[in-house]
Amino acid sequence: MQLIPCPWCGPREEAEFHYGGQAHVPYPDDPAALSDEEWAHYVFFRDNTKGRFAERWNHNAGCRRWFNAVRDTTTYRFESVYRLDHPKPVTP
Amino acid sequence: MSTPFRTPAGGRIDRATTLQFTFDGLGFTGHPGDTLASALLAAGRHQVATSIKLGRPRGIAAAWAEDPGGLVQVEEPFPEPMLLASTVELFDGLVAHGLPGQGRLADVPDSARYDAVHHHVDVLVVGAGPAGLTAALTAARAGARVALVDEQSEAGGSLLSGTDRIDGVPALEWVSNAVAELARHPEVLHLQRTTAFGVYDDGFALALERRTDHLGAAAPKEVSRQRVWRLRARSIVTATGAHERPVVFADNDRPGTMLAGAARTFLHRYGVLPGREAVVFTTNDSAYDAALDLHRAGVRVQAVVEARPEAPPHRREECERAGIRVLPGAVVTGTQGVERVTHALVAPFSDGQVGTSSAVACDVLLVSGGWNPAVHLFSQARGRLRYDEGLGAFVPGEEVDGLSVAGSAAGVLDLAGCLADGQRVARETLSALAIDPAADDRLPSAPEPVAPTAPLVLWRVPDTSGAEGATQFVDLQRDATVADIARAVGAGLRSIEHVKRYTTIGTAHDQGKTSGVLTSGITAELLGVPVRDTGTTTFRPPYTPVAFAALAGRDRGSLFDPERVTALHQWHVAAGAVFEDVGQWKRPRYYPEPGEDMEAAVLRECAAARTGVGILDGSTLGKIDVQGPDAAVLLDRLYTNLISSLKVGSVRYGVMCGVDGMVIDDGTVLRLAEDRFLVLTTTGGAAKILDWMEEWVQTEWPDLRVHCTSVTEQWVTFPVVGPRSRDVVGALFPDVNVSNEAFPFMTWRDTSLEGVPVRLARISFSGELAFEVYVSPWYAVAVWQRLLEAGRPYGITPYGTETMHVLRAEKGYPIIGQDTDGTVTPHDLGMAWAVSKKKPDFVGKRSFARQANQDPRRKQLVGLLPVDRQTVLPEGSQIVEFLADGELPPPPVPMLGHVTSSYRSAELARPFALALVKGGRERIGDTVHVPVNGTLVPVEVTGSVLVDPEGARRDG
Ligand SMILES: [Zn+2]
Repeated sequence: MQLIPCPWCGPREEAEFHYGGQAHVPYPDDPAALSDEEWAHYVFFRDNTKGRFAERWNHNAGCRRWFNAVRDTTTYRFESVYRLDHPKPVTP
Repeated sequence: MSTPFRTPAGGRIDRATTLQFTFDGLGFTGHPGDTLASALLAAGRHQVATSIKLGRPRGIAAAWAEDPGGLVQVEEPFPEPMLLASTVELFDGLVAHGLPGQGRLADVPDSARYDAVHHHVDVLVVGAGPAGLTAALTAARAGARVALVDEQSEAGGSLLSGTDRIDGVPALEWVSNAVAELARHPEVLHLQRTTAFGVYDDGFALALERRTDHLGAAAPKEVSRQRVWRLRARSIVTATGAHERPVVFADNDRPGTMLAGAARTFLHRYGVLPGREAVVFTTNDSAYDAALDLHRAGVRVQAVVEARPEAPPHRREECERAGIRVLPGAVVTGTQGVERVTHALVAPFSDGQVGTSSAVACDVLLVSGGWNPAVHLFSQARGRLRYDEGLGAFVPGEEVDGLSVAGSAAGVLDLAGCLADGQRVARETLSALAIDPAADDRLPSAPEPVAPTAPLVLWRVPDTSGAEGATQFVDLQRDATVADIARAVGAGLRSIEHVKRYTTIGTAHDQGKTSGVLTSGITAELLGVPVRDTGTTTFRPPYTPVAFAALAGRDRGSLFDPERVTALHQWHVAAGAVFEDVGQWKRPRYYPEPGEDMEAAVLRECAAARTGVGILDGSTLGKIDVQGPDAAVLLDRLYTNLISSLKVGSVRYGVMCGVDGMVIDDGTVLRLAEDRFLVLTTTGGAAKILDWMEEWVQTEWPDLRVHCTSVTEQWVTFPVVGPRSRDVVGALFPDVNVSNEAFPFMTWRDTSLEGVPVRLARISFSGELAFEVYVSPWYAVAVWQRLLEAGRPYGITPYGTETMHVLRAEKGYPIIGQDTDGTVTPHDLGMAWAVSKKKPDFVGKRSFARQANQDPRRKQLVGLLPVDRQTVLPEGSQIVEFLADGELPPPPVPMLGHVTSSYRSAELARPFALALVKGGRERIGDTVHVPVNGTLVPVEVTGSVLVDPEGARRDG
């Protein structure tokens, strides 16, 4: 049972969290202006990164806050967590 | 039965107390402190079972969980399969029998209690042998929070099996001092009979404490039988010891064949001699202790068969002094006997060549092929192993974050070394945790060992029996032999994981504790590669078997998943309701009257709601209070229709879609104030929709000034439904003008009943005139009963979810998740009217414009009427159509869609169904077919609204 560091609550057990998929995929400013293909990319297409991946997480059974995290998809290790309104941290 | 093999004195047993037990129908005696195995051996009984495939006799081969032979089933006091005689602590009244490799589950419910405890520590030490105790002492003295767990009934580990001395006193005296010292530290949790069986991420470990198993029928009922400790440790020290490894030779499974170290354990810990005449077969120094100790205890040691060309000099001298014959450069090639070994076949052995064997009489054959560090927990923590040529064993091969290995689990096989290693590892662990060791922390002293002579790595003795390895057993529990490994290698398998699966070695009850490394060695030998290249199979939790009952703990029966009941639950129970599970909720499905089945009850309830008045407990509907200056903005963005134009006091039906444009929920919205809405969701969608709203507010629109909170439990909801509902509601709330003009459809009004606030809403999920009554759960029963009283003159009829479903389906109202499946748009449901064309955007809008969503062949919600007016179509049935020639198309027959809801209608006096059908609205009036029990039932496609399509009944 992994510990996930909620930026608001501190480390909590993974069962309290909900995965929210790739981070930094904002809702388009003007969906009507997009082609079907561009819209489909927003709706359906996500990266399938091996290694460091910026993801959204929700501390569902805790503070219920959403946050972003950089996690290594091969080791499951969380390298950093950050607020939604903060930019993706620059990692070496 | 007498106990001729019990020593006159010694051991950790209470000889003053005699316990009676039954094994295989025979009466035996033993003492507290015995295991079932030691008590059987005391009576001279080695064989306890027969093997799973070959039916060969099998006996007690080891003194603890590594035993591959002594499988038993306990019958009394509670039936439990697949236990080891060596790990069952003896108690009075135990009834057990041997198992042919397979147990039988109890056919009576387990009445015992199981529970779980969470515990957090700085250091978790696994194993209370010399290394573990030393590590725990060092950590405890430093003031760390420590948990020390050990699987045996008492602390000491290997010290319980020997005659060592520590700090100048008998080792067990040192152990009891150490235990007493640990008990004085308030931050130390010390648990015996507790097996750490799994290590997971971030210092999480699971341990099973067997709290009352050893008490048998005397176990207090209020104490849990077993407890799972969910331990979270900043750092873990595993001091789990080592397992002795056998050497494989022909007929090595014969009862009476035992690991040499186990014989020492039975002697010193239990006061039991494993036999009268022993042959000891060894590849290393440790078995000499067994030979000498047994000799001193009166066992005639016929020979020490030493596989190395020369015995270690000091051992040879000790044996000479004792008059024990040592045969260097020799091996045991096989055994004789039927259900017990009578002879060991001993042959000269040099350079891998076996000479002619001769039989040496014995009733017990003790074997030692070296020691395998118990690296299971280290390996579970994803630590890589390294093959140590000197030890002939796999040892921890790297550092692992948060977990260290101490003592013989790390390959340190002498006592002084284990004590020092325990302290060293504990100090390193403390240092990593920034905890200073105590000034008075002192290393216990033990005699310096004589330098060991290198062991010979011998996995198996070449087979001279002619059986080509077919009786050389590697995994006794699986009846798997060297011949099986040869067959696997012959079939082209190279990976040890594949060999394991091909031969099933290591997949039994003991998970290969004795057979795993042997298999690696023999496979390497057959492949002609070094064993370090073969490696081991993966060690996975649990280390030893854990009962599902223990893992379930208290989460059984009604505690398995929360059961949610409404405030009226007791009333429903008293009214004889038949319940159904809707998510976690218990909802009345129908209320049968005497003699009624479900069909009759539902027809009656439906008729009441359509012709008189019915009442439903709709309290499980999800309710979300949405507040804030931007509440209307949020709802406009999430619902497909316009919410912001709703007037305070009014209600609107709304549909929510995902970004893909597919319907995720529907319900009504009450505008309570300019900045406040009550959002009603489906029962099943309540939590999901709150999550959905919060996700959008937090992740996309943090600028919106709005808050959402669940008030599902704060309001009960009673729809009063039917043409007489106005009479009932009007009578109970005389201050409310319930006329259609004053209180129109899709509006709400607040009132009170004897000071209790009540909210009324004209919402209908049946098409009938209906009033939903909202009240605090505290007043649920009182208000419900008032409604029943007020409705008595009109025959008010409580109805359940089944009737609710029939009534809504007759009106073509879909249930999201039943009539939809995540591929259905509002347009597919015929709800284009609920999709705003005015709003520039809302979640899902852009997807409606995608080409695929314009396809006229999309599945659409329609009604189906079986032409025979009899058949209730099974929900989920596929729908097919005949070709113009009246025949089915050739297979595969295209499926047009499927039945989503199907009921018998009182109103229509026939069964009907809702279905998703390709191009369904274009097919209205067509006849299609539904296969039911092998026949094709013709059904007419209709619009989805079958009752009152004009909506004439809504206003009464
Ligand atoms: Zn949190």
